[in-house]
Amino acid sequence: MHAISQQLSPTIGCTGIDLLEADTFDLHCFQSLTGTKFFVVCEPGTLYMDVLLKLIYELYTDHVLKNPFYEMEMPIRCELFDLNLFQAVQKDRVALLGR
Amino acid sequence: MIGVGKIKQYSNVLDKPLNKGKQEVSLSAFAFLFSELVQYNQTQVDNIAELERRLEDAGYAVGARVLELLCHRERGNRRETRLLGILSFVHSTVWKILFGKVADSLEKGTEHEDEYMISEKELLVNRFISIPKDMGTFNCGAFVAGIVRGVLDGSGFPAVVTAHFVPMEGQQRPRTTILIKFAEEVLRREARLGG
Repeated sequence: MHAISQQLSPTIGCTGIDLLEADTFDLHCFQSLTGTKFFVVCEPGTLYMDVLLKLIYELYTDHVLKNPFYEMEMPIRCELFDLNLFQAVQKDRVALLGR
Repeated sequence: MIGVGKIKQYSNVLDKPLNKGKQEVSLSAFAFLFSELVQYNQTQVDNIAELERRLEDAGYAVGARVLELLCHRERGNRRETRLLGILSFVHSTVWKILFGKVADSLEKGTEHEDEYMISEKELLVNRFISIPKDMGTFNCGAFVAGIVRGVLDGSGFPAVVTAHFVPMEGQQRPRTTILIKFAEEVLRREARLGG
């Protein structure tokens, strides 16, 4: 998807899709320096998703990459990553929407 | 001249004074190195018990060296000869040097006379590690258990040291306990010394 969008893009210097807006959802994307992509699907119009994506990237480097039992390219089954991710999303939800 | 700093460069590493400060190491750097240590050992062994033993042996080497260094730096070349002395040495001084803080608690075992436990809410080496379910009770804290065993052995207190996860109610992550079981001779000597 990133490769296609890079070629299709009307502007020069495009590095891929950042945000995809649809009727019922928004798709935010974050690309790391190594090409690993993080996607977040959220309700349309949610703010500060890029901050959340950066936080998720940090959690990924901490709890997944430093885990000796994680094999690259495999689905992530790290308890710590899941735990912290859940907490980050909860905190995010409470702080932004007051719910 | 650019690059000439105030630090004197020693041509021979043996000439460097031992008291040369306590430098700090990046936690991430250590975490990656430790992760690689575990992964390397995983490729060399067939089962989990072997992996634990290898990590412990790695820690044993660290413990022996840390003991020598600390006795020189902190204690003025004296070493502990009493049981409680060596335990509190491990619990505070060794932990402070290795992990930047003293251990959470030191307890005497209730069931056996020769058992003591050092507990920690979360071992520094385990901070980023999630054990997969199929590895059962494996604990990378075996490395720390090896360090403790190295320190105790070097001081003349032979013991069997293991690391265990202890689930706590109300907390998601279990705390880690380092269980120290001293050899018979240690208790006999301690009794003789009037412990």
